[in-house]
Amino acid sequence: MALDDILASLFPNGRKIDRSGEMIAGRAVLPDGGPVHVLGIIGGEPLGVDEAIVLASRVIDIVKSGDRAPILFLVDSASQRMSKRDELLGLSEYLSHLAKALLLAEAEGHRTVGLLYGGSAAGAFIATALATGTLVALPGAHPAVMDLPSMARVTKLPIDVLKAKAEATSVFAPGLDNMVLTGGVHAVWDDSAPLAPQLAAVLQRSQGRDDRSRRGTERGGRRKAAEIADRVVALAAHREPLHG
Amino acid sequence: MTAVTANAVSLSWYEASARQRIDALLDAGSFSEFIGPELREISPHLSIFDLPEQFDDGIVVGRGRLDGAPVLVAAQEGRFMGGAFGEVHGAKLAGLLRAARALKHDVLILFDTGGVRLQEANAGELAIAEIMRAVVEARRAGVNVVGLIGGRAGCYGGGSLIAGTCSRLIISEQGRLSVSGPEVIETNQGIEEFDSRDRALVWRTMGGKHRYLIGGVDMFVDDEALAFRQAAIDALKAGKRCDVAVLEAEQARLKRRLQRFGEAEDAVEIWRTLGIGNPSDVPALPTAAFLRAANDRENADGAR
Repeated sequence: MALDDILASLFPNGRKIDRSGEMIAGRAVLPDGGPVHVLGIIGGEPLGVDEAIVLASRVIDIVKSGDRAPILFLVDSASQRMSKRDELLGLSEYLSHLAKALLLAEAEGHRTVGLLYGGSAAGAFIATALATGTLVALPGAHPAVMDLPSMARVTKLPIDVLKAKAEATSVFAPGLDNMVLTGGVHAVWDDSAPLAPQLAAVLQRSQGRDDRSRRGTERGGRRKAAEIADRVVALAAHREPLHG
Repeated sequence: MTAVTANAVSLSWYEASARQRIDALLDAGSFSEFIGPELREISPHLSIFDLPEQFDDGIVVGRGRLDGAPVLVAAQEGRFMGGAFGEVHGAKLAGLLRAARALKHDVLILFDTGGVRLQEANAGELAIAEIMRAVVEARRAGVNVVGLIGGRAGCYGGGSLIAGTCSRLIISEQGRLSVSGPEVIETNQGIEEFDSRDRALVWRTMGGKHRYLIGGVDMFVDDEALAFRQAAIDALKAGKRCDVAVLEAEQARLKRRLQRFGEAEDAVEIWRTLGIGNPSDVPALPTAAFLRAANDRENADGAR
């Protein structure tokens, strides 16, 4: 779906969203008349220091406003920008800063919903979509950690061999289905139906703990993560043995 | 009560294994591991690629004491799969951070990682996201999360993003902190953008000294386990919660960095702007002289 069609289907009751370069920001009206903040990185471009600082600033301003309105963060990006300049300036801090701003917003009472409608990869995916409280996607979205040809180069395996292995497991190959099975994406929306009620339904969900690893277990894409993490929590909770 | 003692043996942090680092960092004999190698919780995915597993999946997590205070600690083993985050590896750290929030115990993360383990990329990527959220939640509960960077594999990819959520960071000259590694930049953008074989370029762009000078980390130490230990003890006294005030301060700090250094072509230019007399000499300076030269560095006090 094209961005304009997505926004029209999401917010038939009104919206004012400005585009600046590869970023969007604004406000819209939910079906129940309540406000929602809209942010996004669009156009399939990389996320670098210059974009991350602008997006983080918007999120922090929303948190400071104290309105506790939900934030919808739309994502169609490439990976983090791979450049000497970005790394020289400390890109990791800028990406983490954006992720922390989104996590802070959720903790301060703003529901944060990520909507992946195009691509996203690696550091850009972690700093945006995966830093929201609930991540949903539209059919055709294509998240990745690394594309298969690059993966073939790094793992020194022929691409045909990688493709065959990808049939057997959801754990490494790119794509929306695998990100659903491993629990990263909560739901894939129906793009033939209006999106506004689907967003409203997500916002109805109670806010709470990080349930991604649990979903990965249920869906069979990540069978160990939740169990291992829970075991560590339980072991740590045991009183320390007394010395001497 | 017994006196607190460290293992007072000289040990290169860079050369040490994950277990040696923990032993040298914590009070002598205080460490106990959760889900140790005897339980053989190996990666369920590496066999698909005919790769060998390791019984701890390349990370050691547990509890111990630092200068008498209870801490939770995680150490990545850079010599196994480059310290990369797979499903089990990542889940051990995520669990440790959730435990820290519940117990209100501070956490030390000994980074040594190339980032996400590609053979289990989706699970690794999600683990990074879960860990970052768990760090923020722990910090909001008043827990300090301190990152130590000085291992062979550096702190790259998703590891560098986790580091960015920590309340304090300690680095040695050998530590490298960066999202994309040198080879990844060269492969994607060409050798004109970044020559990964130019080791001097790698160190001055991603290395500990540069990160300390621009305020990307808080403390710079010798490549010595005892130096890391003393810095960790100090770092736990200075932690900050992750709240609106801290993020606003970080916003101002990172914006200022772009304004001051955004046009720089090379780290040496940045060091000159910082007022360092002979910026080209920075890579050769021993620690004490470097710290004196770094007097007017950017810092992140209260803004991380």
